[in-house]
Amino acid sequence: MTKQVKQLDRVIIRFAGDSGDGMQLTGDRFTQETATFGNDLSTLPNFPAEIRAPAGTLPGVSSFQVHFADHDILTPGDSPDVLVAMNPAALKANLGDIKPGASVIVDSHDFTTRNLNRAGYAENPLETDALDEYAVHAFDLTDMTVEAVKEFGLSRKDAGRAKNMFALGLLSWMYGRPTEPTITFLERRFAKAPDIRDANVTAFKAGWNFGETTEAFVVQYEIKPAPMESGTYRNITGNLALAYGLVAGSTQSGLPLFLGSYPITPASDILHELSKHKRFGVTTFQAEDEIAGVGAALGAAFGGALGVTTTSGPGIALKSETIGLGVMMELPLLVVDVQRGGPSTGLPTKTEQADLLQAMFGRNGEAPIPIVAPRSPADCFDAAVEATRIAVTYRTPVMLLSDGYLANGSEPWRIPETDDLPMIDPQFATEPNHTGAKGQEEFWPYLRDEDTLARPWAVPGTPGLEHRIGGLEKGDGHGNISYDPANHDLMVRTRQAKVERIADTIPPLEVDDPSGEADVLVLGWGSTYGPIGAAVRQVRKTGLHVAQAHLRHLNPFPKDLGDVLKRYDAVMVPEMNLGQLSMLLRARYLVDVVGYNHVRGLPLRAAELADAITDLVEATTSTGDPLGDADTAEKEAAR
Amino acid sequence: MTTESLPFPGLRDVPAADAPQNRKEFTSDQEVRWCPGCGDYAVLAAVQGFLPDLGLKRENIVFVSGIGCSSRFPYYLDTYGMHSIHGRAPAIATGLATSRSDLSVWVVTGDGDALSIGGNHLIHALRRNVNMTILLFNNRIYGLTKGQYSPTSELGKVTKSTPMGSLDNPFNPVSLALGAEGTFVARTIDSDRRHLTSVLSAAAAHRGTALVEIYQNCPIFNDGAFDAIKDNDTKADAIIPLVHGEPVRFGTEGSKGVVRDPATGTLRVVDVAGPDNPDGEPAENLLVHDAHAEDPTTAFALSRLTDAGYLNQAPIGIFRQVDHPTYDDLAREQIQTAAAGETDTRQALAGLLNSGDTWTVV
Ligand code: SF4
Repeated sequence: MTKQVKQLDRVIIRFAGDSGDGMQLTGDRFTQETATFGNDLSTLPNFPAEIRAPAGTLPGVSSFQVHFADHDILTPGDSPDVLVAMNPAALKANLGDIKPGASVIVDSHDFTTRNLNRAGYAENPLETDALDEYAVHAFDLTDMTVEAVKEFGLSRKDAGRAKNMFALGLLSWMYGRPTEPTITFLERRFAKAPDIRDANVTAFKAGWNFGETTEAFVVQYEIKPAPMESGTYRNITGNLALAYGLVAGSTQSGLPLFLGSYPITPASDILHELSKHKRFGVTTFQAEDEIAGVGAALGAAFGGALGVTTTSGPGIALKSETIGLGVMMELPLLVVDVQRGGPSTGLPTKTEQADLLQAMFGRNGEAPIPIVAPRSPADCFDAAVEATRIAVTYRTPVMLLSDGYLANGSEPWRIPETDDLPMIDPQFATEPNHTGAKGQEEFWPYLRDEDTLARPWAVPGTPGLEHRIGGLEKGDGHGNISYDPANHDLMVRTRQAKVERIADTIPPLEVDDPSGEADVLVLGWGSTYGPIGAAVRQVRKTGLHVAQAHLRHLNPFPKDLGDVLKRYDAVMVPEMNLGQLSMLLRARYLVDVVGYNHVRGLPLRAAELADAITDLVEATTSTGDPLGDADTAEKEAAR
Repeated sequence: MTTESLPFPGLRDVPAADAPQNRKEFTSDQEVRWCPGCGDYAVLAAVQGFLPDLGLKRENIVFVSGIGCSSRFPYYLDTYGMHSIHGRAPAIATGLATSRSDLSVWVVTGDGDALSIGGNHLIHALRRNVNMTILLFNNRIYGLTKGQYSPTSELGKVTKSTPMGSLDNPFNPVSLALGAEGTFVARTIDSDRRHLTSVLSAAAAHRGTALVEIYQNCPIFNDGAFDAIKDNDTKADAIIPLVHGEPVRFGTEGSKGVVRDPATGTLRVVDVAGPDNPDGEPAENLLVHDAHAEDPTTAFALSRLTDAGYLNQAPIGIFRQVDHPTYDDLAREQIQTAAAGETDTRQALAGLLNSGDTWTVV
């Protein structure tokens, strides 16, 4: 039959099923097809912390949301247009998130009394009016899959496992996705198990053909490719981009990468990825604990390697003493914190901007370290290279704050030309740098570079520069142990000043204020970039003016941040925490920013944020001063 | 030239010095600040005297320590050094040794540092067999924090933190290291310069993690802890010397020895037959020490002949010395294998970034 083709500018699909149903793979494949097709996209995987929660229960539901469009988009979307639910629990767990009128595609196979009960349904929703608001398409996808693959002689159970590929085929047909990448992928993935491979490929094709032939679907949708800057693209998750960024930091600095790490969700994928890249001289050391991971990285840094440790919030807590040692010894060290919900074990698989204050202050003594935060999955690459630049140039531990959403979410990435990547010069010390009282040539490990205040990095094996460093306070210049009060005061201030010097190399904050008439600035950091950008666009569409800026450097801040804040009557700071950046801004600039805070383990919802921004813009425009305490004349002057 | 020609396979990749060295070159300009009479002085002197014999480039030697009295050690040696944080030196040294095969890496630690706060790192360094030498200064007390009992203090020890006596059983560091299947485990005494130096030479020669427990007197907080094995009148009966290939025999005129109990398989001390003691154990029944035995069981049994309480008896020497692959050698081998034929890393990076499903927008 001929199908109608309908144009759409964007679609949000959520695949949901049991943890064992392969929903992450299904979503990932759909995303790859979509990326290859040329749409802009953004994804949100969401899975339980348990490896296999009891089958068919609500806690066991795993989902993958993909938002794709013919224009550039910033978030995985608030609310799906299409829900694919592979069992009753998946339907129940996700129904609350979808819009009325959305399509719901259901595998009815598991809608048995037992499974309905397990999901908490007293009645079968497919047989009541519970789903009347939605366009429901219920089929026994499992039976259709088993039927399609029966020639391969698999057990019924194994055959049924290919149902996710059947669903993928069906959705691929609906949205005109290219099929070759998935077929190639399946052939490669199951190369060693021909019957499984053939069953999956066949199920995938059967799903596609079902869409084409069934009368249940009369419309096929078309979402044109999004205009993108010319270049070569690939789809990339934050963890993968971050791992690549670390490899690039290593090649750009010429320093062999040494990763000391202990497995922890959601950071482990960086360890897995880097362990595949030994040909770049990468050493991956799976340590006995978090402390040993960072300790080994610091030891390698002493020896002239690019020392890296990767973890999440609980791991940072354990590493803090060693990070403090790195501050004292002034050695380059990259500390990657893929933040997750806290405190304590918290929400291991959910996202949160949990650790900004821990990164900033979570050590004994005055122990400042630079903090860099990527704003999108692909941006993790650039942020890792930038963190490397700072660590190596300034001889300091640097905290790279990713989060669970960035780690697992993905988006198209324009692959950079390696020639365009910055070169990072480690400038190892090779010569004595001081003449002693008796005219002898000496090496002073704490004699600083006047511009950067960085100390020389002399690695073992360099003759004549033998020296001892450690956690005890060092005398200015010569670096021997010093308990002198004035020296300690000087060294504490100098370590702080060194971190502040980094601001000399940070570009001014980019403020997006297209009309130039905004009174309200929305300022964010890290992974809220997408939701804030989407919300700001929505607000502007209604004719209101609002400015947006996003911080990559959290310590030190860009030099002009204070001026930017003072240019606006009101500043809103959306965060997935209770106001950690807000606190820093208030303390530093005495600006009473307005927080917008959600700690749900999920990215901020753009639509809700847009409402909050609208309220603030309206309040500000009507009074000129939402808080009633600003000196308007001063603000006008600053503008 | 490298030390391949020297008798130190453990230091195979470390460049050799161009000229003979002396102890002065290894002495830093820092004033040594241990208490008068501290056993650490003797160990420092022995190490400063012994390092020139290794014939290594001084700049390729690194001492890493933790926290505690003995951990000040690196400051006094004119090599590269790091005085790190409590308990973590083996982890830090693991990163250093793994990333730099051309360094001779030494860890200086104490009973509190290595066995209490840093116990985890110690056992994992031993099981990985990273190429480094760990000097464990055991004074059976916390010195730097002024006299609390340590994880090697005898049960019932009365200290500032245990006025009614300590309640926890002590570790036997050698047993612990053998339990972690350490490939080189030895014990020596601060005051016996010759024995200390010979054990350190063997430890340096070992490729893998060498753990040397050094009985070290703390005259301030635990004076006399090792008197029985140091006093000229008692030491012959207190020290059980372990020499590879020799029967385990000690006591005045070799009057005592160690045999395996056929009933239990464990070891016990016996009186050896002699002119004065015709009923004693015939000398040929004594256990012959085999430090190279692959199975650590006998070495472990020997370590159990150490008194857990006040030290009246302790085996001294090399308990175990076996050749196993080292973690760091294997890690570097994997990298070499993976990097074979890789010439242009920038190009390889471009290849990596462009891997997977890509598409081009014109
Ligand atoms: S307290 Fe004991 S171990 Fe520490 S320096 Fe003094 S004598 Fe030596």
